[in-house]
Amino acid sequence: MSEYATFSGRAESSASSAARGSGPAQVVGGDHGAAGLSPSDLLLDLCGLRTWFHTRDGVVKAVDGVSLQVRAGEILGLVGESGSGKSITGFSLMNLVEYPGRIQAERMWFNGRDLRELTAQEYRQLRGRDMAMIFQDPMMTLNPVLRVDTQMVEAIRAHERVSRKAARDRAIQVLGMVGIPSPEERLLVYPHHLSGGMRQRIAIAIALLNSPRLIIADEPTTALDVTIQGQILYEVQKLCREMGTALIWITHDLAIVSGLADRLAVMYAGRIVETGSTVDIIGAAQHPYTQGLISSIPSVHTRGQALFQIPGSTPSLLNLPTGCPFRARCYRATEQCATDPVLEEAAPAQWVSCWHKGVQA
Amino acid sequence: MSSAEIILSLHDIRRDYAQPADMVERLGRLMKGGGKPRSVQAVAGVDLDVMAGEVIGIVGESGCGKSTLGRMLTGILPPSSGKIFYKGQDIGQLTGAARREYELGVQMIFQDPFSSLNPRMRVIDIIGEGPVVHGLVGRAGKEAYVAGLMQKVGLDPAYRFRYPHQFSGGQRQRIGIARALALKPSVIVCDEAVAALDVSIQAQVLNLFMQLRREFALTYFFISHNLGVVSHISDRVAIMYLGRIVEIADTDTIFQRANHPYTQALIKELPSLRTDRRQFDPIKGELPSPLHPPSGCAFHPRCPYVMDRCRVERPLLKAVDAAQGPHSSACHLNDMHLNDKQNAAQFQETT
Repeated sequence: MSEYATFSGRAESSASSAARGSGPAQVVGGDHGAAGLSPSDLLLDLCGLRTWFHTRDGVVKAVDGVSLQVRAGEILGLVGESGSGKSITGFSLMNLVEYPGRIQAERMWFNGRDLRELTAQEYRQLRGRDMAMIFQDPMMTLNPVLRVDTQMVEAIRAHERVSRKAARDRAIQVLGMVGIPSPEERLLVYPHHLSGGMRQRIAIAIALLNSPRLIIADEPTTALDVTIQGQILYEVQKLCREMGTALIWITHDLAIVSGLADRLAVMYAGRIVETGSTVDIIGAAQHPYTQGLISSIPSVHTRGQALFQIPGSTPSLLNLPTGCPFRARCYRATEQCATDPVLEEAAPAQWVSCWHKGVQA
Repeated sequence: MSSAEIILSLHDIRRDYAQPADMVERLGRLMKGGGKPRSVQAVAGVDLDVMAGEVIGIVGESGCGKSTLGRMLTGILPPSSGKIFYKGQDIGQLTGAARREYELGVQMIFQDPFSSLNPRMRVIDIIGEGPVVHGLVGRAGKEAYVAGLMQKVGLDPAYRFRYPHQFSGGQRQRIGIARALALKPSVIVCDEAVAALDVSIQAQVLNLFMQLRREFALTYFFISHNLGVVSHISDRVAIMYLGRIVEIADTDTIFQRANHPYTQALIKELPSLRTDRRQFDPIKGELPSPLHPPSGCAFHPRCPYVMDRCRVERPLLKAVDAAQGPHSSACHLNDMHLNDKQNAAQFQETT
C-alpha cells in the first residue's frame, strides 16, 4: 500500500504501465476467485462522506454522512430521486466537486489507498485508470470537435506510455467489446455522426479503456430508448462479469437496477436510508421510502388502479431541519421522527435508517 | 369496434420532411454519416380511430414518428397527405368557428416541463391567457378560473403569481396540464408527458391524469417510449415502428398475446422489479434511418424470424384473430400461421 501512496512522477507511471501488460489480467483473475469469499476484501470503503456546499444562502448538505462498501467485481445500485445526492456521491468519489463544495469523510479508502490524502496530480492519475465514470448525457460527454479515435487514444496515453498504434488497437478491441459494429470505421467519425446509444457505448468504452477496478455509472441509460437501454445493460453486465470490474450504478429507477445489481443502496436527502442485497430490498423493503419507490412503479398489473404515490416532493437541502428528512412525506411518521434515526441492521446484511422500520403490511 | 363514438379518425396520414428542419436533424442522427437529407417519411401512412373517452397509448423508439403523429393530431403540423376527422368532420375543410372548436378541443402536454413554459410569464398568465383570448372566461374571472384549475391539478393557488423557474419539474408538469385543461378540451395529446419525471413524481402525475379523465371525461392520446407507463394508463396500445403502426390491440391482449416480433421484444425488454439476476437479451441493432428505410418489412434487419418474403414485401396491418377482439398486426408470419390453420382445417375436412 505504501508504495502506491507516494507518487514519483512519470517513472512510476511508466513502470506500472510496463507491469500492466500482463498485470490487469492477473489482478482481475485473482480478485474474481476471492470475490465473495472474504468480506473484508473491500475495493471501496467509504464512511461518513459529507459533501457540503457552502453557498451564500447557507450550507447545502448535498451528501450528509454516506457510507458505502463495494467489493471487487460487485455491482451496487445507488437509487434515489433527483436531489437526493446520489450523483454528488459519485462526483465526490472522483473528486469532481468544485467550489463552493467541500468533501469530508471519516474513511475513504479505495484499492488500498486513502483518497483523502491524494494530491490533485495523484487524483488525475487515478481517474480513468483505476476509477472511471460514465455520465448521464451521451451528447455532452464526448468532445464534439475531436474524432472518436483522438479521444480514445488520448485516454490511453494519458496513463500509459504506449505507441499510438498500440493504443489504437486497444481502442478497437474495447469498442468491439461494447458491441459496436465495425469499430475501425467508427474510430474515424465525429460524435455527431453517431446515435445516442452509440455515443453512450463509446463513453462506456472510454471508461473501460484502462481496465479500471471501479466504474461509476451516473444514470447512463436515462436518455436512451428502452431497446438501446437493454443493449447497454446487457453489455455492462457481460463486461462486469468477464473483467471483474466493480460498478456503482446510479439511477432513479429501481426497475432497471433490480435485474442488474447485487446490492442496492437507497438514498434520500443526502443520506442512505436503506441498504442491503437486491433480493432483500425488493422482496422485503423495511424503509417506507423504499416501499413507496417500489410500489409507485407503473406496470400492466397496476392498470385501472391508482398508483401508490409518495406525497409531496424532495425537501430543499438548504438548512434541512434535524430528524428524519422523510418524515413530512411518511405515513408512519410520529414525534419520534424529529430526532435523527440511525442506520441499524434490521435484518442480516440489511441496514435501515428509520424509527418505524418494518416490512409493509 | 364497439358502439363508442369515434372522436378522432386518421386516414392514411403521412408526413414527409423535405427540407432540413429540427425533426430532420433528430432523424439525421440515426444516419450512418454523410449524405444530404432528402425526403424523410416520418409518418408513412397511419390509419387509426380514437374512441371518445379512451386512453390510447402510442409506443415506439425515438425516430419512429410518434411525436410527429401527435403534433399532426393537434394541428401543430399539417399532414403531407391523408385526412384527419374530428367528430366526423375533416379538419382540412373546417373554417371559422368549427375550426376553432377543433383547435380548442384537442390540447397537448409536452415532454419537457422546462422548455414548454414561457419563463417570462407568470403562472396565472400561462394558464389563463388561452381561455381569456378565446372568450371562455372574462378578464375579471380569470384569476378565480386559474385558481380553480390550479387546485384541480394539485398546485397551491397562492403560487399563481410565480414564474416557472420557481417550481420543481413535477409542479411545472402540473402547470402544463392545467394550461391544457384551461381550454376545456375533449382530447389531450400527452407527448412523453412523464418521461422527464422521477418515479415517485411520475406516479403522482399518472394518478392525476386518471383522476382528471374521470372528472372531465377526457380522451388521452398517450405517447411514450416506456411500455410500463403505457401499460398502466392505456386501454388500447398501438406500437409504431419507422412511421407505421405494426401492432394495435387492447392493453391486455398486447401484453398477453403480443403478435409482432417487435412488440414481443419490447415487452421482454421492459424493466421490471425482480429479485433474481436478469439475463439481458436485447434486440440487436438500432432503428434504421428513415432516409434509407429497409426494403420490405422495416423491422426485418433486426427480426429474429426474418424470411425471404420479409425482405421484399411490406406486410400490411391485418386483423390477427377476430374471435379474440380487435387485434391487428403487420407481420408475414401471421399469413403462414393462417395458411397452416387453413391447411389443418382442410386436412381435417378431408379425413
